[in-house]
Amino acid sequence: MIVEHNAWQQAAVRLAAREAALVALWGEPGHAHMALLEDTGMRTLSIACDNGRYPSVGRLHAPAIRLERAMRDLHGLEPEGLPDTRQWLRHDEPYRFLPAEGESLHQIPVGPVHAGIIEPGHFRFTANGETVVRLEERLGYVHKGTEQLMAGAPLEHAARLAGRVSGDSTVAYALAFARAVEAASSLEAPPRAVWLRALMAELERLANHCGDIGAVCNDAAFVMLHAQFGWLREQVLRSAAQCFGHRLMMDCIVPGGVRSDLAADGPHALRVLAALVRSRFPELVDVYDNTESLKDRTVGTGILTPALAAQFAAGGYVGRASGRAFDARRTPGYAPYGELKFDVPVVQAGDVNARVWIRVREVGQSVALIEQLLAALPAGPVCAQARPRAGEGVALVEGFRGDIFVWVRMGADGRVERCHLRDPSWFQWPLLEAAIEDNIVADFPLCNKSFNCSYSGHDL
Amino acid sequence: MRTLLLKRLVQGPLTEPAPAPDAAALAELAARVERAARRRLGRSLSIREVDAGSCNGCELEIHALSNVVYDLERFGLRFVASPRHADVLLVTGPVTRNMREALERTYAATPDPKWVVAVGDCARDGGIFAPSPACVGGVSRVVAVDLHIAGCPPTPQALLKGLLALLEDACR
Repeated sequence: MIVEHNAWQQAAVRLAAREAALVALWGEPGHAHMALLEDTGMRTLSIACDNGRYPSVGRLHAPAIRLERAMRDLHGLEPEGLPDTRQWLRHDEPYRFLPAEGESLHQIPVGPVHAGIIEPGHFRFTANGETVVRLEERLGYVHKGTEQLMAGAPLEHAARLAGRVSGDSTVAYALAFARAVEAASSLEAPPRAVWLRALMAELERLANHCGDIGAVCNDAAFVMLHAQFGWLREQVLRSAAQCFGHRLMMDCIVPGGVRSDLAADGPHALRVLAALVRSRFPELVDVYDNTESLKDRTVGTGILTPALAAQFAAGGYVGRASGRAFDARRTPGYAPYGELKFDVPVVQAGDVNARVWIRVREVGQSVALIEQLLAALPAGPVCAQARPRAGEGVALVEGFRGDIFVWVRMGADGRVERCHLRDPSWFQWPLLEAAIEDNIVADFPLCNKSFNCSYSGHDL
Repeated sequence: MRTLLLKRLVQGPLTEPAPAPDAAALAELAARVERAARRRLGRSLSIREVDAGSCNGCELEIHALSNVVYDLERFGLRFVASPRHADVLLVTGPVTRNMREALERTYAATPDPKWVVAVGDCARDGGIFAPSPACVGGVSRVVAVDLHIAGCPPTPQALLKGLLALLEDACR
């Protein structure tokens, strides 16, 4: 819906008053767009930018600031009144970090190349002794211009790009992109495809949760659990390769359905996997829960307050560990989850331990979902033929990290005209800066891993 | 925890036997690496991983090399935290404009003799991101590459085969 300045400003006021949650804010030459989640559902607003200008949302609602800096970098749109006008995704100008004032402060620059095997980003710590008084992130190092490549791309190529926005969430991204394209072109995936997609999405969640719980333990120097959880993750990836032909299930979901049917021995392999996780996982969680030296590191560390989680509408385990009961599989919800039984665990504590526990409980839910999906998998075709048709569509999909938003505008020739993909990390990265405050520098890896934000998904 | 440890003690190891080194990779390497360098390093290589723009898919599989199933360290290959300790740079991704300088500086900080292994289809020539103005292209646009390991992302098996070929060649 194209709106005037007043309605746009009004939306920003409602966001600041927490009457609505900001889902996405993006641009294209000449227009700015915003997606909001309200009690009545999700809606999108668009505003024409005369001379490339529009009223800043970040001026009233801080979570929009980085999004608007990115819109400036990518499309030259000028948000009037934006409080922070430094570049974000582009790195053409020298960067000025925010000042920290006080006695006995020192700075620790970290990155973009980190010590571990992780993605690049820069962290600027200001510390007083061991205590962090300010963390400022600088991102954009892996900015690949994905949305620019999307513009004008044939559908199949665009789907491959969507699957490479963030490799750990390739299934969730491919699913969100496919659903947005299907909404834009009134295409419906056959029931079997819808269920197979959910099967892949839960396998992806399971693999990432197992790996990351182990990695949090590793960052607290508890290597044995890292090894055990890592082995479980490997079993999930091998089952995925056996069932769908690729360990990460890249390019398996396409607009219209899925690329190929589940392998003949797939259902058996997945039942064996589910039984394996059911038998092995609880004893590992038991070790986590009964090792005081480990809990000493995770309990009370890196607390994110429910107020901040709500203000930033943080998705995934970051939000749910700080009291924000949101899961895109429930709200706005999509098939086949309406027909399946699952809980959305929520706690209030907001520390590293809480984020671990949300993921522990989600592992149980994903295993139960995989079993339900296998038990009632519909028969039939797995892909509907996409017909070129002009239109716009949006989708919100729950990846392991949180809700992924995709907006797409299709051309009549079947090519993608424009596409925007918003990673959940946009609303989680800024909260890491808040969670680390007053913690010691040595606890940063632990806090960072418990958030596990995406660099590539954010940098696009 | 004691029960868990005991159970794991009586059970056999989870680590799998090593695959054969990749023949194609051996051929690529034979042409490039100097013999003197090989003798100096012996049968052990320290690897520094550099994500120069990857989607993180390659990192996930490189990570898997350290899990108990593939157990990279048994071959004398290990990941180190600093390029100053490294013999090998394992570089992923189409090199982005924003990572170009960091990659150059990492390379400069790595002591000679050194090898560069480009991991994944993006690292070869920019892959699916090659046309983007935000990307420089393949790793060889920025630093000299000794070995490519193909795949999107390469499986741990493929990574292991490539690295074992490097090790075998380095020690010949």
